[in-house]
Amino acid sequence: MQSAITSSDITSFASLAPAYPELLLAVGTVVLLLIALFWKSHRSGVIAGVAIVLLIATFALLVMQPGDAVLFNGVFIVDGFARYMKALVLGGAAFILLISLSSAREHGLDKFEYSILILLATLGMMVMVSANDLMSLYVGLELQSLALYVVAAMKRDDSKATEAGLKYFVLGALSSGMLLYGASLVYGFTGTTQIDQIVNAITAENRSIGLIFGMVFLLAGIAFKISAVPFHMWTPDVYEGAPTPVTAFFAAAPKVAAMALFVRVTMVSFESVTRDWQQIVIFLSIASMGLAAFAAIGQNNLKRLMAYSSIGHVGFALVGLSAGTITGAEGVAVYMAIYVAMTVGVFACLLSFKTADGSPIETIGELAGLSRKRPFVAAIFAILMFSLIGLPPLAGFFAKWQVFLAAIEQGLFVLAVIGVLASAVSAFYYLRIVKVMYFDEPTHEFAAVPAELGAVMAGVGFVVVTYFVTVGAPLTAAAALAAGSL
Amino acid sequence: MLLSVITFLPALGALVLLFITGKGEAVDNLSRWIALGFTVATAALSLWLWYLFDPTTTAFQFVENIPFSDSIGYRMGVDGISVLFIPLTAVLMPAVVLTSWGSITKRVKEYLIVFLILETFMIGAFATLDLAIFYVFFEGTLIPMFLIIGIWGGARRIQATYKFFFYSFTGTVLMLLAIMYMYWQAGTLDIRVLLDFKFPPEVQTWLWIGFFASFAVKMPMWPFHRWLPEAHVEAPTGGSVILAAILLKMGGYGFIRFSISMFPDASHQFSTFVFVLSIAAIIITSLIALVQTDIKKLIAYSSVAHMGFVTMGIFTGNIYGIHGAIFQMISHGVVSAALFLCVGVVYDRMHTREIDAYGGFVERMPRYAFAFMVFTMANVGLPGTSGFIGEFLTMFAVFQVNTWVAFFAAFGVILSAGYALWLYRRVIFGALTKESLKGILDLDAREAVVLVPLVILTILFGFYPAPILDATAASVNLVAQNFANAIGAASEAAVAAAGH
Repeated sequence: MQSAITSSDITSFASLAPAYPELLLAVGTVVLLLIALFWKSHRSGVIAGVAIVLLIATFALLVMQPGDAVLFNGVFIVDGFARYMKALVLGGAAFILLISLSSAREHGLDKFEYSILILLATLGMMVMVSANDLMSLYVGLELQSLALYVVAAMKRDDSKATEAGLKYFVLGALSSGMLLYGASLVYGFTGTTQIDQIVNAITAENRSIGLIFGMVFLLAGIAFKISAVPFHMWTPDVYEGAPTPVTAFFAAAPKVAAMALFVRVTMVSFESVTRDWQQIVIFLSIASMGLAAFAAIGQNNLKRLMAYSSIGHVGFALVGLSAGTITGAEGVAVYMAIYVAMTVGVFACLLSFKTADGSPIETIGELAGLSRKRPFVAAIFAILMFSLIGLPPLAGFFAKWQVFLAAIEQGLFVLAVIGVLASAVSAFYYLRIVKVMYFDEPTHEFAAVPAELGAVMAGVGFVVVTYFVTVGAPLTAAAALAAGSL
Repeated sequence: MLLSVITFLPALGALVLLFITGKGEAVDNLSRWIALGFTVATAALSLWLWYLFDPTTTAFQFVENIPFSDSIGYRMGVDGISVLFIPLTAVLMPAVVLTSWGSITKRVKEYLIVFLILETFMIGAFATLDLAIFYVFFEGTLIPMFLIIGIWGGARRIQATYKFFFYSFTGTVLMLLAIMYMYWQAGTLDIRVLLDFKFPPEVQTWLWIGFFASFAVKMPMWPFHRWLPEAHVEAPTGGSVILAAILLKMGGYGFIRFSISMFPDASHQFSTFVFVLSIAAIIITSLIALVQTDIKKLIAYSSVAHMGFVTMGIFTGNIYGIHGAIFQMISHGVVSAALFLCVGVVYDRMHTREIDAYGGFVERMPRYAFAFMVFTMANVGLPGTSGFIGEFLTMFAVFQVNTWVAFFAAFGVILSAGYALWLYRRVIFGALTKESLKGILDLDAREAVVLVPLVILTILFGFYPAPILDATAASVNLVAQNFANAIGAASEAAVAAAGH
């Protein structure tokens, strides 16, 4: 662990510079909340638009940020890894807000609170990603979670949505409890809560059983958040029950933040006991890939299918972390970036799937003949499905390439073979969607696609198809820089 | 640049087609003409490539090299092993586009786009010098082929396309892991470096198995061939042509380029295993072909049998075997494509593939009967057709290595005469008794344009195989030499070890 500057005392506003993005987002969110409260005749669409602008401004500030720093008595760290992951979180959040604009009303999300809560959740995620202390980690995590519990249950008169919100809350609270318990054990056995100090208190020889216990609880708590098997039970129900834009958000940004946390805690705090946490990560990875591949086959609901798909993809990302090396962390970083892009694209498509009379399409069977009626959407969705399978030359292949490369370097052959076979099985359910869209005859008409959804689809489709020649090289370089700063 | 232009020109054509909007016959025809233009241009360039290719050197030619990341680079180049597959692919594509006039009536534009993308992937796989990029092109062919069989295929197309996809995908992902391991061993995926890199023998064994999983399915070798008959039968004519003529050859190309060149010790160790599977393919699938009632299925099984000769030739590791295997692949590419095109001709007229539904074509379709005869003879391996040379060379090669293998393979030659000639008799000869066939028309101009060049090539290469053998000779020599050296070194080491 090499943190460049340690300025623990805040002497001037300028010394807060590394935290400017968070400050901007926090102040901006509060101001936006006040405006929305006092401006009675506001329109929720305008608030959402301002929220997107705020996210973009934060993103710009983040990218322009100067070098690495540790702030606030060492609880807040800004390094390449944090910047990279925060950029993903902000990008994911902004795009999800954008694609939920057109269908906010039918999902009961045409309230200003929706945008505000998403902003608060994003702020929480940024704090999580920058956490250098188990306390700030928890604060960020809870800010994120509490905002999302409310968002999940926002469609109050819908029994499925409230059930989803409640389920999410109960299981989320349980996982937070486990995480806290683990954190207290780690503190008890090392005497510090600071992530980059914990490593100094542990050596591979003198590791105590209590510390390992604490680590296991800590990792179990985070595994809940990334919904890795066996801590995934809430995911299908919540994904299915929550309004589709909210599901989209769940699938994208929080996964990135929690994964960043997972990488930082394991790679930094528990570096000296890599062998111990490696076993856990390998198990989570195999279980997630395997279960998702088989469980998704029987699903007919598109959102439920995407839930299992996201569980599977978390498993694949963990293949990279299993290696426990910088190459592996780089793989995770690339994987999450491509995963977020694909998720945004998939949900842009899902949000546009409506029958001619405007009722949303929820099951796979209803997509029959989409390629005849809406060739553009069908083509983009098919490309995304092929990319999720991991077929070259699409982006999803290069994501898998990076993580499996790291696993092979460390000689994790069994994990790698199980992983690629799981991806072969998972191809079955992705292909079923392509089959229904392309090989089956249409049974009904489909509604037109809103312009901004079409634009997002076209953009994502372009990136996914041309990944190798366009964003591939810069993204890999950025990920290497990010992983190197750990 | 030439290789990149040839590779990506079809993709450019697909992009152009993407911007054509509208529906109706006029748009379909415009799309066909555009696709034909791009494929003909690609074919012309690929022939020019063949003309420019210098057969006297073993070095890679037309090399391009753009590094991308640590592990992947955009590298292109051809040598005697790969150069001929590019014109083979490019020359057959216009034929595929031409068949779309008669046999494809729905979603014509999409059909052409998918085929053009497929052409880019196929040429790219043969032209690349980076193992990761090879994988990208090799695996990339699954997407268009999945759609071709699934959208434009016959009644049982969905089962067929799934089977095709899963057999290929499962085999190929295992190769992916082997490729990654090679990267960590050699520090690069540049094929030129890897060809000179000596992998330890015990590592070779595992890498060989990884590659074998992929190529044995692609080839396909018995018993991994189960996907092939169904995929062939259900695919539209163009799909069957490409599948038989090009996609199967990727397996053979992979065996020569990677398996025996990079893992000679393992290849030697497994050669008996491969011989047994090859013999099984030659004899068993020939017997299965004898009882088929569906023309396409019969030709599909005969493809498996012919690919048995190819694998047998490759794993002898000597000059004649590898030379014969390459020749057999080129020849089979032309002949099997032509046979599927011939089936397509009558299928477009009668809409059935049942052998029993036909008979007596010689009365009504003399030109068709002649073309079909040439291809049937080439399929049998009659001297004077291109089919003979490859079969003869591989038999000759295997005779030097293992007489028993040659003995059993000879049965395949006899059986192939059996099923091919019997098919010809039932379809072409006999009395024209069926009412439905009375009004059938002979080849029209478009069909003749497709088949005549293939007839000429089949006979030309039968009498004058030099263009193919000369282009490949230097590189084949090198591969065989390296193989012999590696085996020799290994057996010397074994002798030395035994001596101690």
